[in-house]
Amino acid sequence: MKETPLSNCERRFLLRAIEEKKRLDGRQTYDYRNIRISFGTDYGCCIVELGKTRVLGQVSCELVSPKLNRATEGILFFNLELSQMAAPAFEPGRQSDLLVKLNRLMERCLRNSKCIDTESLCVVAGEKVWQIRVDLHLLNHDGNIIDAASIAAIVALCHFRRPDVSVQGDEVTLYTPEERDPVPLSIHHMPICVSFAFFQQGTYLLVDPNEREERVMDGLLVIAMNKHREICTIQSSGGIMLLKDQVLRCSKIAGVKVAEITELILKALENDQKVRKEGGKFGFAESIANQRITAFKMEKAPIDTSDVEEKAEEIIAEAEPPSEVVSTPVLWTPGTAQIGEGVENSWGDLEDSEKEDDEGGGDQAIILDGIKMDTGVEVSDIGSQGGPKHWKNGADAPIILSDSEEEEMIILEPDKNPKKIRTQTTSAKQEKAPSKKPVKRRKKKRAAN
Amino acid sequence: MAGLELLSDQGYRVDGRRAGELRKIQARMGVFAQADGSAYIEQGNTKALAVVYGPHEIRGSRARALPDRALVNCQYSSATFSTGERKRRPHGDRKSCEMGLQLRQTFEAAILTQLHPRSQIDIYVQVLQADGGTYAACVNAATLAVLDAGIPMRDFVCACSAGFVDGTALADLSHVEEAAGGPQLALALLPASGQIALLEMDARLHEDHLERVLEAAAQAARDVHTLLDRVVRQHRAELRGGHRLVLGAGFPAADPAHLHVGERHGLHHGGGAVCGRRPCPGFCPGLRRPPQEVGGSASGLA
Repeated sequence: MKETPLSNCERRFLLRAIEEKKRLDGRQTYDYRNIRISFGTDYGCCIVELGKTRVLGQVSCELVSPKLNRATEGILFFNLELSQMAAPAFEPGRQSDLLVKLNRLMERCLRNSKCIDTESLCVVAGEKVWQIRVDLHLLNHDGNIIDAASIAAIVALCHFRRPDVSVQGDEVTLYTPEERDPVPLSIHHMPICVSFAFFQQGTYLLVDPNEREERVMDGLLVIAMNKHREICTIQSSGGIMLLKDQVLRCSKIAGVKVAEITELILKALENDQKVRKEGGKFGFAESIANQRITAFKMEKAPIDTSDVEEKAEEIIAEAEPPSEVVSTPVLWTPGTAQIGEGVENSWGDLEDSEKEDDEGGGDQAIILDGIKMDTGVEVSDIGSQGGPKHWKNGADAPIILSDSEEEEMIILEPDKNPKKIRTQTTSAKQEKAPSKKPVKRRKKKRAAN
Repeated sequence: MAGLELLSDQGYRVDGRRAGELRKIQARMGVFAQADGSAYIEQGNTKALAVVYGPHEIRGSRARALPDRALVNCQYSSATFSTGERKRRPHGDRKSCEMGLQLRQTFEAAILTQLHPRSQIDIYVQVLQADGGTYAACVNAATLAVLDAGIPMRDFVCACSAGFVDGTALADLSHVEEAAGGPQLALALLPASGQIALLEMDARLHEDHLERVLEAAAQAARDVHTLLDRVVRQHRAELRGGHRLVLGAGFPAADPAHLHVGERHGLHHGGGAVCGRRPCPGFCPGLRRPPQEVGGSASGLA
């Protein structure tokens, strides 16, 4: 399905918040969201969660014949897929632009930077080399796919173990994991992508944009670095115009962030290694917390509310007083009252069938007497919304005893002229105009309590 | 290739250039009569062709039309014979798609799309020979083609590639230097304001060297701008000078009174500088060439 467009007020709200250096989740401009890395039971499988963005990475290997012009090097193959479960906008045929961009960025970041020693993947020169395939699947899209994907890729590569191979003359022996321990890949360095989102023609900058911020941003600058402060890839996208010093500043920030993330990755790898060695339980089943009840549980966001009181007082002091409300309630029946006239019902002439519904609803008024109601709640309900909605409150929805439409519906109330007389006869149509407002009732299908 | 030094001790590169020197650039505008705008550029051995159609009505689904801007559609195609080994797929593979997206991003920022709402501008780029710096050549060719088509832009978009070898930043890489595996940076710049429309970099470069490489690329892009500017002015003078040639057959060359004002203007400037004075007196006080040599310079313009 097509992506829901972002409303103008939400866009303005986000941009104003960014101008005031506030982010919706309470982060600072240069803060990353929480990164969580969990490993699967097999080597080379990991899930990285960057806030709510979730990427699954899986590495696999195969012996193939090498490329003709590179006979002594192994082959690296990257593939990033945007799963349909990640966002409703991702459909099999639709995502080509984004997909191409992300895949090319991953390829350049990991392949061209030579993070893996491809010469070590050669088994028999010119005949057999290892082909390492990294598959990344985006499971949930909450912004900043690139960063999460790059972390997942490099973690999966570091975690992966390939089968051991020995070559004796012409004979190549491939050992199974039971015969000989699998061997890790030789990784030179770990390139990690850091995304910078630009707003208002480059005036404001945010690190790690989430999905909302990505929608309102002007453009994105991705810098991939490793912990030795070597830049592996720079890519600017979107229609932004950058200045040289902005790029240099971003590279400095990226250096700091990458150092933190690399430490986190190394610690996660170490933990997993330890758990496996000690024979503890590992894998995805262990890392998923058991206490999760619902999918939409939100953590407390650390928002700064120190100046809220003063602001609220200011706003209250400057605001106009609310408009006066006529406070003479009209009591239709015990428990049903009305303040004010309400708004003219704009649904116009209803069809006969709809009218019948209303007649059926009219039944409810008569039964009201027998049911205890909460007067206070009802009164405000009616006053603010006019007649139509006063059955919204569950406690007050009366039971529909009879559905008969031939009866003449007269609602008696103490000192009011029967404005709400509704009949099945055709004359009801003309009467409808004045009497519609106060007692428009809709048949509520749910049973009252 | 082992043993190939990209930068010799005396500071010469593989093809004999200095570190900051560009390759020879030759360009022509208006190579195709049918297209709205077209241009051909040669940067050293890299040859690229760009064709622009537009602004015209949106082709395909009307739903893609933007209510306030024009849609820019870029396609990049690299001929199968453009590289040393024959390429199997000229377009449609990931790299070509990515190039197309990057070109689109660059030109969407530079073209004044607000002037043509609900329309589409097509830019097609074809690389005939790839010898390094293909993205830069494509951007430069496309800039000339867009100017040839008369589509208003904020500024020229000039691009150049840069690299880093042995502590020195190199400008305008050739294929040999790119294939050596060192860091490569491609930069598209709007020269007047110094704003970067697109920046992409591959392979490892230490952060401390980034500034130098960026500066080298920016300077190279500004040099490209000077050249492209000259090409545009020459082309415009040719367009005007072409008129004069037809008239010059029957008219005496020394009688400027029979010429149209515009041509006089173009003639006496010799296709170089542009003077903004209106009405034009027919000669430029600053130029050394006196008006009598008008006839001689007309043939010189051809």
